[in-house]
Amino acid sequence: MSLLELKNVTLKFGGVTAVNNLSLSVNEGEVFALVGPNGAGKSTVFNMISRFYRPFRGSITFDGQDLLKQKPHQVSSHGIARTFQNIELFERATVLQNLLVGRHRHRKTMLLEEILFIGRARAQERESRHAVEEVIDFLDLQPYRDKHIAGLPYGVRKVVELARALATRPRLLLLDEPASGLSVEETQDMRWWIEDIRRQMGCTVLMVEHDMGLVGKVSDRVLALADGAELAQGTPAEVQSHPAVIEAYLGTSAISKTANSQGERV
Amino acid sequence: MRFHFKTTYDQDIRLFPDRWTLSVYAVLLVLMLVMPWLINDFYLGEMTNVLIWAVAGLGLMMLTGQTGQVSLGHSAFMAMGAYLSVNFMAMGLPFLLSFALAGIVTGLIGAIIALPALKLHGVYLAIFTLALAILADDLIVILAPWTGGVGGYFAPPIYIAGVEVNRWVNPWAWYYLALGTVLVVTLLYQNLLRSPLGRAFAAVRDSEISAQAMGVDVARTKTIAFGISCAFAGLGGALMGLFAGAFNNETFNFLISIQLLMMIIIGGLGFVHGAFLGAVIVAFLPQFLSILTDTMGSSSIPGLEAGIFGAILIAFILFEPMGLYGRWLKVRTWLELFPFARRDMFKRQKSYLKTERLR
Repeated sequence: MSLLELKNVTLKFGGVTAVNNLSLSVNEGEVFALVGPNGAGKSTVFNMISRFYRPFRGSITFDGQDLLKQKPHQVSSHGIARTFQNIELFERATVLQNLLVGRHRHRKTMLLEEILFIGRARAQERESRHAVEEVIDFLDLQPYRDKHIAGLPYGVRKVVELARALATRPRLLLLDEPASGLSVEETQDMRWWIEDIRRQMGCTVLMVEHDMGLVGKVSDRVLALADGAELAQGTPAEVQSHPAVIEAYLGTSAISKTANSQGERV
Repeated sequence: MRFHFKTTYDQDIRLFPDRWTLSVYAVLLVLMLVMPWLINDFYLGEMTNVLIWAVAGLGLMMLTGQTGQVSLGHSAFMAMGAYLSVNFMAMGLPFLLSFALAGIVTGLIGAIIALPALKLHGVYLAIFTLALAILADDLIVILAPWTGGVGGYFAPPIYIAGVEVNRWVNPWAWYYLALGTVLVVTLLYQNLLRSPLGRAFAAVRDSEISAQAMGVDVARTKTIAFGISCAFAGLGGALMGLFAGAFNNETFNFLISIQLLMMIIIGGLGFVHGAFLGAVIVAFLPQFLSILTDTMGSSSIPGLEAGIFGAILIAFILFEPMGLYGRWLKVRTWLELFPFARRDMFKRQKSYLKTERLR
């Protein structure tokens, strides 16, 4: 069953068509990857799902509900969480506080309860703290719990951002280049985590990623984008060997060369 | 060095993380409570002044330190608090009720005024709020029936449970009134910091875009921050006006706003302690300077106070952007880790990934 569905989505920035008549559907429980050269419109797709951009034409539905009717801050209440390409953490707060912001969509207390800290406020804090601790355990963030983000190394920030997204208990997780800037070991960790997120949390993952090694290992389906339009869709292997994809990445002559070399081998 | 071995989540939730911190603040509270017996009436009055500034400072700290929204207009809200409290008292309401109502109404009006300012960032918001501060002066004159216009108001006598609180007769009562207000405001402030709303403030301050992605309604959060901030400023203003004994349209001029902003920067942006340390500086520096010029045998030097204030502010921005409390944190860490503290421990790691957006 498809959880997220984009139909004929088009977005223009002035004269530039960032996304052109794109349709895709992500099924519940799968890992779906968007690949493509820089400027292909991958992050733009994410920003449309997060409602930071409004598509020019087309529809975006999540679990049967029209996402375009939602305001940006309402998207997360449907169970959609995301990370950002250029890490957008709350710099002057601790890791714990960052993750607790992830619990914001579960907030039940009113202003007065919080400012007086009566009634549900304390119980809710305990509950949030517990939920966050589970995520900390899951991603091995224990040593950093009370550290300020400003002093953390890049690789850890990347994990904290994933943790913050998981703290919202999402149904759909949007990962914008989860492995960019990570070392080989860290990328390996990220791979296990993505698999565990899908398996243990039953969370659907839509990700943008350039590391084809990672994409090939974790994703069920891949969609290749170039200049805002779909090039190819299918299993990682199918997309990687698709002539149009090779053309977009390497240029036309590469295709003839591969064709030639294949011909020679035959 | 103290280690926190945490066994329950409550250790992260309660106001004081451990017994040691609790006892330090308990000692401080006892010291504050016995203050009237320790110092003479003049210094008690000055202490009252510090506490009043701290209330208003906590208001601006909530907005600027926690939510990252600058305001140069808080003198207007302080004035509003002062005039409202006097008007409520003139309507026959008891003092404590009029005082609390003045804060609440100022907060509500502040939240409404914040609505058009929601889209403004940084320097534009500063100019918008500065305009409010300057406008307030004229509005007070125009609204003469409720404000006394240029003539202003004499503070009416204050009665709490039948006891008159008079600065000249029983300064200790005024001191306790200010202390009580500070305690309540600080408690509310701390409660906010440990609840979802306080974290939403920090989220809006550090990254509006990811705050939204986490489900924080940025516009609403800013409005609430403005409202709470103005409510605290209103309480501070009410105390300041009543403590001064008389006030008119020029009492709460925009220089008060600038002093307030300076105070929280010198104290340490984003720290509750910063508001208090800043209040001590702002309230005591003029007295200190006049005592100094007195002992040096010269009469008061015009412009000296503003000049020194400016110099201190520049020095802090250049050398200690984290303010006095930030400096204390560094000293404390150095002592706790001695001899293992490193020089660069507090240096912020620059992230070159994010484009430096001028907003």
